[in-house]
Formats: sequence, C-alpha cells, structure tokens
Amino acid sequence: MATLNMTPELLKEMYYTMALSRALDDRMWILNRQGRAPVVYSANGHEAVQVGSAMALNRGEDWIVPYYRDLAMVLAYGMTPREVMLHLLGRADDPNSGGRQMPAHWGLKRRHILTTGSVVATQDVHAAGLALASKVLKDGRVSMASFGEGSTSQGEFHEALNFAAVHKLPVIFLNENNGYAISVPARKQMAIMDVAAKAQGYGMPGVIVDGNDPVKVYEVTAEAADRARRGEGPTLIEAKTYRFVPHSSDDDDRAYRSREEVAEWKKRDPVITFEKRLLDEKVMTAEELKTFQQRIKDEVNDATDFAEKAALPDPATLWRYVYAD
Amino acid sequence: MAVMSYLEAIRETLRQEMRHDQRIIIYGEDVGVRGGVFRVTEGLQKEFGEDRVIDSPLAEAAIIGTAIGAAVNGLRPVPEIQFADFIFPAFNQIVQEAARIRYRSNGEFGVPLVIRAPFGGGVHGALYHSQSVEAFFAHVPGLKVVIPSTPYDAKGLLAAAIQDEDPVLYFEHKAAYRSIKGEVPEERYIIPIGKADLKRPGKDLSIITYGLMVSYAQKAAETLEKEGISVEILDLRSIRPLDVEMILETAKRTGKVLIVHEDNLTGGIGGEVSALIAEHALFDLDAPIMRLAGPDVPAMPYSPPLEHAFMVTSDKITEAARKLAKF
Ligand SMILES: Cc1ncc(C[n+]2csc(CCOP(=O)(O)OP(=O)(O)O)c2C)c(N)n1
Ligand SMILES: [Mg+2]
Repeated sequence: MATLNMTPELLKEMYYTMALSRALDDRMWILNRQGRAPVVYSANGHEAVQVGSAMALNRGEDWIVPYYRDLAMVLAYGMTPREVMLHLLGRADDPNSGGRQMPAHWGLKRRHILTTGSVVATQDVHAAGLALASKVLKDGRVSMASFGEGSTSQGEFHEALNFAAVHKLPVIFLNENNGYAISVPARKQMAIMDVAAKAQGYGMPGVIVDGNDPVKVYEVTAEAADRARRGEGPTLIEAKTYRFVPHSSDDDDRAYRSREEVAEWKKRDPVITFEKRLLDEKVMTAEELKTFQQRIKDEVNDATDFAEKAALPDPATLWRYVYAD
Repeated sequence: MAVMSYLEAIRETLRQEMRHDQRIIIYGEDVGVRGGVFRVTEGLQKEFGEDRVIDSPLAEAAIIGTAIGAAVNGLRPVPEIQFADFIFPAFNQIVQEAARIRYRSNGEFGVPLVIRAPFGGGVHGALYHSQSVEAFFAHVPGLKVVIPSTPYDAKGLLAAAIQDEDPVLYFEHKAAYRSIKGEVPEERYIIPIGKADLKRPGKDLSIITYGLMVSYAQKAAETLEKEGISVEILDLRSIRPLDVEMILETAKRTGKVLIVHEDNLTGGIGGEVSALIAEHALFDLDAPIMRLAGPDVPAMPYSPPLEHAFMVTSDKITEAARKLAKF
C-alpha cells in the first residue's frame, strides 16, 4: 500500500491524527453530557476523508475552507487540541473566534484555515475566490472547500463549481458524503446516486473515493492538487463515508436511521481499520501504538484541563471588531 | 380549555388547518420523518402523508421559490425555514418575487404563502442560530410579518396567516417553544393580522414590544409594580402592518414609551414605532421615547458572558423602565 509520498512516518501521522480526533470528539460528547459544553458537532466516522485530504495539501500554505464536521481536518492542518477545546468551551483565547462562534466553526489564520459560518455552501464560493486570487497572484496555492452531500443542493455549490471551472481555478471541492443531511437521506436530496456526477455538468472531473480509506483519499486529493497547480482547473471529489453519531448533540438519529445500518458501517470504522492495517503491514508496531494511545490520552486531558481553566471573554469585548477601526 | 406550550399550539394549529383545508402542504428541511429539528411538525407526516408533509432538499431558495409556484397554482404552502438565520438564500425569492407578484401583475396573481421560521437567541445558538431577522422583511411592502408571544396568539395568528391571500412571515421565538404555556381553545379562530394586544393596562409608562420580549416585559412590570410604578404593555403581534391606532393610544395614555426588541437597534422596528409616535403624538409625551434593543453588533456571540451581554433580559427592561418612569 505504500504510495508515492507515503513514508511510514506520514502513515503514522495520519493514523495519529485520526485517532486523536476521535478521542477529542469522544471527550466533547462527555463534556456535553456533563453539561459543560452546550453543543457538539462531530467528525466521528469522517476521520479518514478529513485527514487523508488535508495531508495531501501543502499544509498551512494551501487554503482550506472546512465545515462544522471537520475536526480531524483542522487537526491535520495544525490546530492544536488545546485550541480545539478553547473553541468548544467558548474561551477568550479560542483562536477560531474568541468564543464568539458555536463550536466546530473553524478558522485559523496562521494555518490558512478560512473562518466559516453556519450557512451551508457559502464556503464553496469562498474557496473559488481564494483560488481566483491565487491564479491572479500566481502564488502557487490551492484551495479546498469541504461540505456535506446535503449542502450540494444549495445554489452556491453549483455557482462555485461553475465559476471555478470557467476560470480553471486551482480549487478542490471535497464532498464528505455520509448519506444524510441531519435526517434527510441522500435519495431525497438528489435523484442521482453520486455527488461526483454533478461535476460533469460544469466541466470538471468528478472522482469517487472510499472515504473510509485515508490513503485513497490522500491519493485522489494529491492528484487534484497537482492538476490545480498545473493550471488545469478544479476537481470535485466525493468521499463516501458515514457519521457514527447523531448530527449534533441536539439530534437523536434513532428517529431516522436503523441501528443495523449504523452497525454495518461501524464494521468499517476508519480509525479501527486503519490501525489494524498499519499493524498488519508492520508500518506501526504494537509498542508504537501503545505510545500513541498514551500520548493521545495525555493530549486530550491536557487540552480539556487547559481550556476549562482558561478565561471566558470579557463582556466589554462584545463591541469589538464590528469594523476595522 | 387545554393548556399547551407555544410549540404545541403551532403544531396543533397546523394539524387543525390541514384537516380543514386539503390545499395546505408543509415542507422544508427535516420536517417530515424527524418532525423538524424542534419537533414542531412531529407526527404530521404520519397523519397527512408524504405528499402533504415533505422533506425537501437543503435549498431555501428552492423551498420558497417552489412554494410561490405551488401557491399560484392552487395550494396553500406553509414551508418551514429551519432557522430564521438560514432564510437569506431565499431572500431573493421572498422580497423580489413573493412580495411583488401581486403588484407587478396588476392584481392578477397572488401568493398565499406562510413562511414559518424559528428565530431569536439566548439558547447558546451563537451567530447563526440566534438571529432576529424580522426588520429585513418588515421593510418590504407586499409582505406581512407576525410574531406571536403566547400559545393563544400563536394559534390565532397562524390560522390567520394561512387563510391570508398574501405572503406572511411567521416568526417563532425558539426560547418560547417550551417555556411559554397557556390556554388554547379547541375550536378554530383567527386573530386578525395587524391588531396589537393590550397585555396590561398601566398609568406611568408604556412598553411596546413583541414576541418573547412580551413575557420579559410582563415580568419587569410585576417587579416595578411593587415599586409603585404602573406599566402598560402593548404586544404588537404583527410588525407589518403595525397597529398604528393602538400604538398612538397607549403613547397618549401614559405619555412615556419604552420600545423593546431583541433585534438590533438601528433599523429595527423600534425606529418605525418611534417615528409614528413622534409624528402623531409628540405633544402627548412627557419624556423622550426610549428604545431598548439588541446591540448593533453583527450577531449574537456564543460564549455565555457575551451572549448575556447581548440579550435583552427582564432585568434590563426593568432598569430601562425605571429610568423612564423617573424622567
Ligand atoms: C443554508 C442552511 N440551511 C440550513 C442549515 C441547517 N443545517 C445545518 S447542517 C444541515 C445538514 C447538512 O447536511 P450535509 O450537507 O449532508 O452535511 P453533514 O452534516 O451530513 O456532514 C442543515 C440542514 C444550514 N446550516 N444552512
Ligand atoms: Mg451529509
């Protein structure tokens, strides 16, 4: 399975980031259930798409414009667990928003993660715009927007693809297709099976990839980034995956999907299957895995403690940054 | 009479009106199988079937645009926008199309459409799940905008909106859904759109408000009563059209007016109400008109100290009213 640039170090980092994301995610739900975090949005199940794609980019240089599901992606892009927890708990030092935004509304300027709101599909056009600037400035950067399959029903998704294709912009549209938009199944969202098929209508490649395999996602993303850098324009990637938990901590997914369906997908849990693969193929030793697990535990504990002790925003700051002055 | 929550009153009115009028359809994101993210439409798909309660694609412009077409062609669509904050992809359809179709067709076409949307903050919803968006729409002739404050009004105003021949925006405060309860008659009734409600007579000053803020103002009035300050409360119920007559009556009666809304100050309904009073009742006033509103920052932040600093609360109303009474 060793691929072009995939050194064992890279593969292990991939695994570590996925497992770290899962552990942070689990901790967030515990904090929610304890009444310490009012709301949680999860990456649980999406780790392979997010880490595989992020790692294929020039991290911190290429732009990403993620959505609320992308915890593992922003970790792979250099956000620290402490920063994630500061954001979750609405602390003053949250680098995403100073505690202003709802959890999972990412944005980190120093790593080229564009700030994102809640209105789905708005980020698609922003990514095209970032790429427009890259094309004009010839800065060699690629931009990547990510979004759910439900959000491809929005006009702005289509407008972004069309604009990017017409102008051959260096942008990647990454769809994390988990089959549901809250309760609404994909078949009520579109009359086709694959989001990727939408690419054709705009004149760009549409690539389907197994979203639970981080290496495959890495490969297709690397290829899309190369294409973009060569000036050949945008790519739509559809990563088929699944979310293992409700849409958010306010949702109850038993109302709209069977436990059997969830269990079936869990057999292909990206964190577990990738862990097994790295062990089987002797990329990672059992010893290393143990060390990783301990380190993850420590990082999650440290981040939680750090954020809980951190100060809340001063109410007087409510008025800051309405304008530049 | 049954005691219901604000949310139940909306659901039961939808049910009652749908039983009565086959033309009514509901659609939006998650409204069917899941019964809406707040469960307002829970059970309705089961009763009325998938043709009348539809889980639509995630596309607000399409939801409202198709509702306009369906309304013109004989249905009575009552689409839901999942959060008022997400109404803007449909702004074009609402403002440019729904609002202007009757006028531009010289009365040939009409759009009997009700757009329901939960709005408002104080629920850890942050920037995009807390907004008050009513002023954007109240600015537009051709639209009607109603905001009930009680379960009784929720029913009467929703029924009136559904029976109306023109597009109506019906905003539901999400913090009211379960916290506000009240008696709701079994039988069908309507509350005419454009009629305010005198919630409480008083002598010293008038609070003019709507939606969730009505209950906050009532709490403030009770506190102030103990201090010997007598507060009158006018619930606008409809912010387009406004009940000009009742606004002027209360202003003239007490001579002091405090206008309260959660929506931000500048360009909010308070400005319009103030102007009406200034134009038509200035010489009956004993104090300058006072406004208490959400601050002029882009939206409500998440973190509790910031959210609290943003929210208009009972305490803030009490304080403002006390100051006005002493003027
Ligand atoms: C314009 C807009 N409408 C509605 C919402 C409310 N909402 C938030 S997430 C969501 C479902 C998104 O589903 P999908 O795009 O498939 O992403 P997933 O959550 O499944 O990853 C909805 C309807 C929103 N955020 N923005
Ligand atoms: Mg989805």
